[in-house]
Amino acid sequence: MEQERNSYRVNHLAQLESEAIFILRETAAQFEKPALLFSGGKDSIVMAHLARKAFHPARIPFPLVHVDTGHNFDETIQYRDDYVAELRAELVVGLVQESIDQGRVQEEKGAFASRNALQTVTLLDTIEENQYDACLGGGRRDEEKARAKERFFSHRDDFGQWNPKNQRPELWNIFNGRKHHGEHFRVFPLSNWTEMDVWQYIKAENIPLPSLYFSHKRDVVHRNGSMLAISDVVVPQEGEEIEKDVTVRFRTIGDMTCTGAVYSDASDMDAIIQEVATARQTERGTRADDKRSETAMEDRKKEGYF
Amino acid sequence: MSHTDVPYDEGYLDMDLLRFTTAGSVDDGKSTLIGRLLYDSKNTFEDQIEAVEATSKKRGDENVNLALLTDGLRAEREQGITIDVAYRYFATPKRKFIIADTPGHIQYTRNMVTGASTANLAIILVDARTGVIEQTCRHAFIANLLRIRHVILAVNKMDLVDYDQEKFDTIVDDFRKFASRLDNLVDMTAIPISALHGDNVVDKSDTMPWYEGPTMLYQLENVYIGSDQNHVDARLPVQWVIRPHSDEHHDFRGYAGRVAGGVFKPGDDVVVQPSGFTTKIKSIETLDGPVEEAFAPLSCTVTLEDEIDISRGDMIAKPNNPPEKGQEVEAMICWFSESTQLQPRGKYYLRHTTKEVKAIVQEVRYKVNINTLRKIEDDKNFGLNEIGRVSLRTSAPLHYDSYRRNRQTGSFVLVDAQTNETVAAGMIV
Repeated sequence: MEQERNSYRVNHLAQLESEAIFILRETAAQFEKPALLFSGGKDSIVMAHLARKAFHPARIPFPLVHVDTGHNFDETIQYRDDYVAELRAELVVGLVQESIDQGRVQEEKGAFASRNALQTVTLLDTIEENQYDACLGGGRRDEEKARAKERFFSHRDDFGQWNPKNQRPELWNIFNGRKHHGEHFRVFPLSNWTEMDVWQYIKAENIPLPSLYFSHKRDVVHRNGSMLAISDVVVPQEGEEIEKDVTVRFRTIGDMTCTGAVYSDASDMDAIIQEVATARQTERGTRADDKRSETAMEDRKKEGYF
Repeated sequence: MSHTDVPYDEGYLDMDLLRFTTAGSVDDGKSTLIGRLLYDSKNTFEDQIEAVEATSKKRGDENVNLALLTDGLRAEREQGITIDVAYRYFATPKRKFIIADTPGHIQYTRNMVTGASTANLAIILVDARTGVIEQTCRHAFIANLLRIRHVILAVNKMDLVDYDQEKFDTIVDDFRKFASRLDNLVDMTAIPISALHGDNVVDKSDTMPWYEGPTMLYQLENVYIGSDQNHVDARLPVQWVIRPHSDEHHDFRGYAGRVAGGVFKPGDDVVVQPSGFTTKIKSIETLDGPVEEAFAPLSCTVTLEDEIDISRGDMIAKPNNPPEKGQEVEAMICWFSESTQLQPRGKYYLRHTTKEVKAIVQEVRYKVNINTLRKIEDDKNFGLNEIGRVSLRTSAPLHYDSYRRNRQTGSFVLVDAQTNETVAAGMIV
């Protein structure tokens, strides 16, 4: 008995991995045309890694889809292209710039304009154009309060909208992906992971990450409580505090206009895990888009934001 | 408050995982208890605490309202209630915890059932002033029905009964009397707490020197759950067939799935249902190379010695210990749908492991009054939140175990064929 206790123990990372692989395979099996949303951020990198494991030695049986705001860090795009090549996966890119050019969306005006909200339209257009019926995302329930009740299989109506009252109960290992024509699902295999779990898994599996996650020198501007990297799309305004050549890193990676850096010397995985363990701010605390109102995430989700 | 005093070491990569559910009504202080667990175990962040402080102040609360830490959607905050299952996460150096936080009112029975379906342990909250009430019995009944083996009876608000041992003992006795009728609850620990003041939640309390048992966090960190998984009956429901169609892996056929019970090793004799063909496991494949065994609850890919036609929904098992097989099953179900009642002779899709079949509810045997545990045999109308026993007939054979034996191969859901809504959860008797 004592021996059985030890040999069949499954630690937390192995359980989370097994669950995520199960969800990825369910998605491939239950839907006709799934896609994996790939942002180049660590969560989507872990997702692609898990997908590789789930279907090995076959290739990932669905494309990776990137909604590119056009305001991405160069490092992100470089990483994306290299990783996709290594996976031999198919990459589909939806360009926010195209949505703007086609007049599908209006770009926000002013110095603090962000394309974050515009992504939703491009995402929904890309889904419709390619007729994806399930989009796999790296969203986690621990990220934000509005996500705590998110399902693994999150139902969206034919307008792409999420209705908190119209979600299906999920019991045991049983996920109901039945749908009517035009409806689709968002699927979140990492639902039960925390930021710490993701970092630990990246370390345990030795998954390479974009350099943005590690400390480096950069010029930044302080804006609305966030520290943004100065670039073509983030231009300091009069009266804003600028810092040159400071040592920072990013805890999340997204649009340059709303992804805040943190002061950090963490230059390797152990240092990052140590930093996450002692963090005083939630991960999304560095995201300017969540600071717009207390229920900002809930509002964006209802409109179809990932 | 921050994580700064949590030591970091390599052990963090190798923690146990405990899933637990909490049931209690708004007034039992459930949200306060969860807030307290998160706060005192240093699992809250400064920006979260600041947000909660600001909201408490805005609402004119006297103390910082820890319950706000777990409040979710705006609709709920406005109504001040929790209407769905919310999942929370925290970790100590020993274990990672997943909390399924469910509302306790009778109208949310289905949410309790959902939260309980994946839990190893249930915290049942009782108000020390009111003791064991109908609702307590309902929570215990559901925990037992869903086969949760471990229960913590948290007798809360001890501060409001002057930390009185006699009050506590009476409540524990009452609960034990009731729980003795529930056969799946193998392990019950009663803890006197005050979630508001933090007594015996994370830190041992000076106010109740008469209590010598564990604090709540200690119990959560140390309860033994290793034997909760079935490592006896080998079951692998096939989820997906891996065929690379590449030069390198030209003839490769892998059967992918999550082991639902037992252990599989290369060389093991296996039988594939429903075809009944037998063969041997050739290998268990992973990205990092072949492995020597696969066991519950791991996801794996197996290859077999013989080419057999196998597809999603098939079940790989051992010939000397196969699952039950049949088109007629008896089950306890809980009705989930707000919009429809169970239709006698109605047709549903039944989803069981990775298989989907059509099913007809042949008969409602009885319903259970979940407050008194009495059988109801004269009213067969089955509506939202009702629990009872039914007989079902399926369009193709199911390969199943009793739920008591295996939670994965003994459970199913019913899906409405018109709306695609998940209308019921079932446990095979």
